[in-house]
Amino acid sequence: MTARSLPLFATIAIFLLAYLVCYLQFPAMLSTRVIGNLLTDNAYLGITAVGMTIVILSGGIDLSVGSVIAFAGVFIAVMLRDTGLHPLVVFTLLLAITTAFGAAMGGLIHVLAMPPFIVTLAGMFLARGAGYMISVDSVPIDHPFYDVLKDAYYLMPGKGRLTLIGVVMLLSVGAGMVIAHRTRFGTNVFALGGGVQTARLMGVDVGRTTILIYAFSGFMAGLSGVVFSIYTASGYPLAMVGTELNAIAAVVIGGTILTGGAGYVFGTLVGVLTMGLIQTYIVFDGSLSSWWTKIVIGALLLLFILLQKGLLRLNARRQAARSMA
Amino acid sequence: MPQAIRRVLPQLLTLLAVILLVSAFFPGFLQVDYERGRLVGPIIDVIKRGAPVALLAVGMTLVIATRGIDLSVGATMAICGACAAWAISSGYGLIPALAVALAAGLLAGLWNGTLVAVFGIQPIVATLILMTAGRGVAQLITEGRILTFTHDGFAFFGSGAILGLPAPAVIWVLAAILFTLLVRRTALGLLIESIGINRRASTLAGINSRVLLIAVYMASGFCAAWAGIIATADIRGADANNSGLWLELDAILAVVIGGNSLLGGRFSIAASVLGAMIIQAIDTGILLAGFPSEFNLVIKAALVLVILVLQSPSLAPRMARAARRRRGTPVGRTAAREAGE
Amino acid sequence: MLLTIRSLTKTFPGTRALDAVDFDLRAGEVHALLGENGAGKSTLIKCLTGAYQRDEGELHLDGAPISPASTQEAQALGIGTVYQEVNLLPNLSVAENLTFGRQPTRFGMIDQRAMRHQAEELLSGYGLGVDVRRDLGSYSVAVQQLVAIARAVALSGKVLILDEPTASLDARETAMLFDVMRGLRDRGLGIVFISHFLDQVYEVADRATVLRNGQRIVTEETARLDRLRLIEHMLGHELEEQTTEGARHAAQPAAPDERALHFDGFGRRGKIEPFDLSIGRGEVVGLAGLLGAGRTETAEVLFGVHPAQSGTARAPEGPLDLGNPRAAIAAGFGFAPEDRKTDGIVADLSVRENIALALQARRGWARPLPRAEQNRLAEHYIQRLDIRTSDAEKAVGDLSGGNQQKVVLARWLAMNPRFFILDEPTRGIDVGAHAEILRLIEEVTEDGMSILVISSELEELVAVADRVIVVRDRRHVAELTGTEIATDRIVRAIAAPDAKAGEAA
Repeated sequence: MTARSLPLFATIAIFLLAYLVCYLQFPAMLSTRVIGNLLTDNAYLGITAVGMTIVILSGGIDLSVGSVIAFAGVFIAVMLRDTGLHPLVVFTLLLAITTAFGAAMGGLIHVLAMPPFIVTLAGMFLARGAGYMISVDSVPIDHPFYDVLKDAYYLMPGKGRLTLIGVVMLLSVGAGMVIAHRTRFGTNVFALGGGVQTARLMGVDVGRTTILIYAFSGFMAGLSGVVFSIYTASGYPLAMVGTELNAIAAVVIGGTILTGGAGYVFGTLVGVLTMGLIQTYIVFDGSLSSWWTKIVIGALLLLFILLQKGLLRLNARRQAARSMA
Repeated sequence: MPQAIRRVLPQLLTLLAVILLVSAFFPGFLQVDYERGRLVGPIIDVIKRGAPVALLAVGMTLVIATRGIDLSVGATMAICGACAAWAISSGYGLIPALAVALAAGLLAGLWNGTLVAVFGIQPIVATLILMTAGRGVAQLITEGRILTFTHDGFAFFGSGAILGLPAPAVIWVLAAILFTLLVRRTALGLLIESIGINRRASTLAGINSRVLLIAVYMASGFCAAWAGIIATADIRGADANNSGLWLELDAILAVVIGGNSLLGGRFSIAASVLGAMIIQAIDTGILLAGFPSEFNLVIKAALVLVILVLQSPSLAPRMARAARRRRGTPVGRTAAREAGE
Repeated sequence: MLLTIRSLTKTFPGTRALDAVDFDLRAGEVHALLGENGAGKSTLIKCLTGAYQRDEGELHLDGAPISPASTQEAQALGIGTVYQEVNLLPNLSVAENLTFGRQPTRFGMIDQRAMRHQAEELLSGYGLGVDVRRDLGSYSVAVQQLVAIARAVALSGKVLILDEPTASLDARETAMLFDVMRGLRDRGLGIVFISHFLDQVYEVADRATVLRNGQRIVTEETARLDRLRLIEHMLGHELEEQTTEGARHAAQPAAPDERALHFDGFGRRGKIEPFDLSIGRGEVVGLAGLLGAGRTETAEVLFGVHPAQSGTARAPEGPLDLGNPRAAIAAGFGFAPEDRKTDGIVADLSVRENIALALQARRGWARPLPRAEQNRLAEHYIQRLDIRTSDAEKAVGDLSGGNQQKVVLARWLAMNPRFFILDEPTRGIDVGAHAEILRLIEEVTEDGMSILVISSELEELVAVADRVIVVRDRRHVAELTGTEIATDRIVRAIAAPDAKAGEAA
């Protein structure tokens, strides 16, 4: 087990342990029904977290995703209400917009050489404001195609529903894994996370890569918005406040180092499911209050950040000891 | 022109421009009346409503001056408000309630500061933990309810008036003045700027940067506690879910509008609280001028972008060089040097 | 000739980093590039690799003129560089690092197996038993170094520049590296080897070029280059000219009981072997040695930057705690570090604030130095040290290097330390300021201040020091007193024990 994969194994171990605890207390939690719901309920978070993983692997951060998802919902709802366009056309339009939006943020980060934190903060305000300007109120979506999408599921043995949006999330994770770990672009992302100067020396086109990274995150946030609109059958500009934080938390709990350069997209899926599991457990328990979710997530964050810091120190010390010997 | 005024001149002019613009659409913006022993009017409202962000901006200015950032202030506000409301509704009285809230704020700062200064975790990562967990802690204290209370003494901090001015306004102005005096009448300001610019050289010169860093985060927690007290007193109840929600972003924005570089170093608390007032004036102004409030966020976004361009290390050198000929601003200077290296 | 450089000149504001330097590299040779810090080695390399644009001069590679505008371009032309801090990505696998930017793909996806295969092939000549799938960072610096060389050779394949590759390698690893270097040389590569370990230069290099103050001093076959001569070239002292006796070492060495500070067995693993040192009131002790021999390390251990792991420090009033810089300052120590930009000045603060900084830190935050007092201090030192600044409120970052150095000196003089450590106080500053700083050292010792001065300029040490301690291989190896303090003696001490072998050669 290398230092790189240790956090991933820790994540998986924690998830399995948590699931075991849940199962021992509530045997029903092992049913495909619960598993299906876990995937469906966290689909939107999982999808945007994949984009966030790529951003964080590159050493950046994207605070705009929650607002972009909300914008997507409102955009879709209003377009379907006011135009006769087919949802698929609207989806395409939307994804083009959010991808371009992400690319624009990436471009600004590169050109202005400013911290991603503050650039995407502006993006967060802008996307939220844009959603607001389209509609202030919640807009219901009433389209036959949406009923089709909503009811598309595969009935697993044990009456669990593997819904379309659950599948979209799993596919997104798969695509994210391929992009991050199996393409030159993905290697460039890791290179940026390892050190921008070194990456440049090794021939990475830093500007192009940065733009692509945030464009990808914008695309994923848009896709997440599509999924969320299917999930809730409405669009509301105030929805999804704070989703960026949950996505960041899922990425970190998934074992990706928040300063970039090391991590796994698959870990993010486990992170999302861990966070979903905590919520499910609280629902099953009934007596526990919802705020424990936040506290447990915070504790997990602390655990992983300290774990990573410890690993880094250990590595440095081992290197130092070796070079001194 | 004295140095102090020249430093805040851009912010003063911006605020003035915002006020004029709003007045053009809403002529009564600057009108102030005297009713039942207190001043009332839209501009007074701005000063009052801007209190939490202004308070947070005071602490945030110090944190950012050390090259850090504190994402947890909103959650800290909620915790402190919840602590105060719990103490009041449990019948402990005013002074213990304030003491508990302030202690909670200082503790939150100690936590953040320890993670940053002792464990060496990046500030943005370290404070993210409390940002996530803090609201849960606040809800734990209020047990998920909006913890309401009736206590005129405590409510005074939200809705009372001192010499005709709203109590929250007096508190933030006092906090800004006291903190400014604290850092400028002692050597704290210089030492904070020094570790923000070059921590290594500062440590070699004998500055105890570790303790100083922790103190700065504790100051941020202290300011957040007062903001929480005001927010709680204002609605006579602690709303763990919404108290201080996203105010950390407004506070950071206020500091940045105040011309303080996110890369640390020279800072001005006065400019930061002016930044907070600019944000609040836009907020209130848009409502009063009859524009839909949705414009607010877009304007904020535009504002951030303009400031980003002004501060950008890659674009600023040219502007800074021009500015230096007219005696440069600290922001431009930092940026220029960053780019030069 | 594989690579020829003719009258290469590069100037920076205030300094001429390279002054009409000529340099030739043959195919199939290891050519050592030598010189102390600031001699112009790294500037030369950077002009060669496109990181800097030269002001004047010509570069020819294989007879064709070149002027690389970026590292990539230099790489494409055939000039590859490996730096001391390995410029690869420790968070990627060995295979990814080796094939970075040229990973074999199939259907747009990286073909893992082909990539591994390629990587193993690239490493095959190097005799490394590494698993190319593992993270580069999990291997030792030596292995990372060799992987970086393999990548550079694969990418460029004509000229290989190795910038202090052995700085953090042990003897076995160094031997491994040298084997690889010889193998590459025999394959016809031209290798530029930068190192400050002279033994290694003699072991592996065919020719050596010495730079000093931006000028080429000599290029010679290493077999015909006397070791003493080489050190003289590097340190800028010619044995022929009779060494002038400095003013100070006529003075009797202080009797032991008068000595103010005693360090017994002071040392830290990996920094400096335990050493004993006593310094009397008003005494100037010089520390000589080559770069990396333990000069700065000695200073940092004394000042608590890297606190000593063994030994004790004693002053007349009792034992001293030197666990960190604050403690050292409390004990009356001051330290003007070598790299004043990162360790000395606080660039955005004014001259006045920089001068008052240490004094203020010692007083504590609650007792601010009154503004009038700060102004007085600033004015005093601006005059006394002749700091060229328009006024005391100017940011220190806007001053020239020499004036920045004077500000750092002023900061410590304002503290009136009993023991002041100066690490290369005159590096990179003009001649006038140079003399002023030496005069200043004389002046303050008259008031009883003890000084440890580190310098690679031997004349400087001879001029100011009462005693000179010589370091080699992270150990204090010699102490020269009285009339022994002469540049030739110092050079000999630095070069020993192989000096005789060098003379014989």
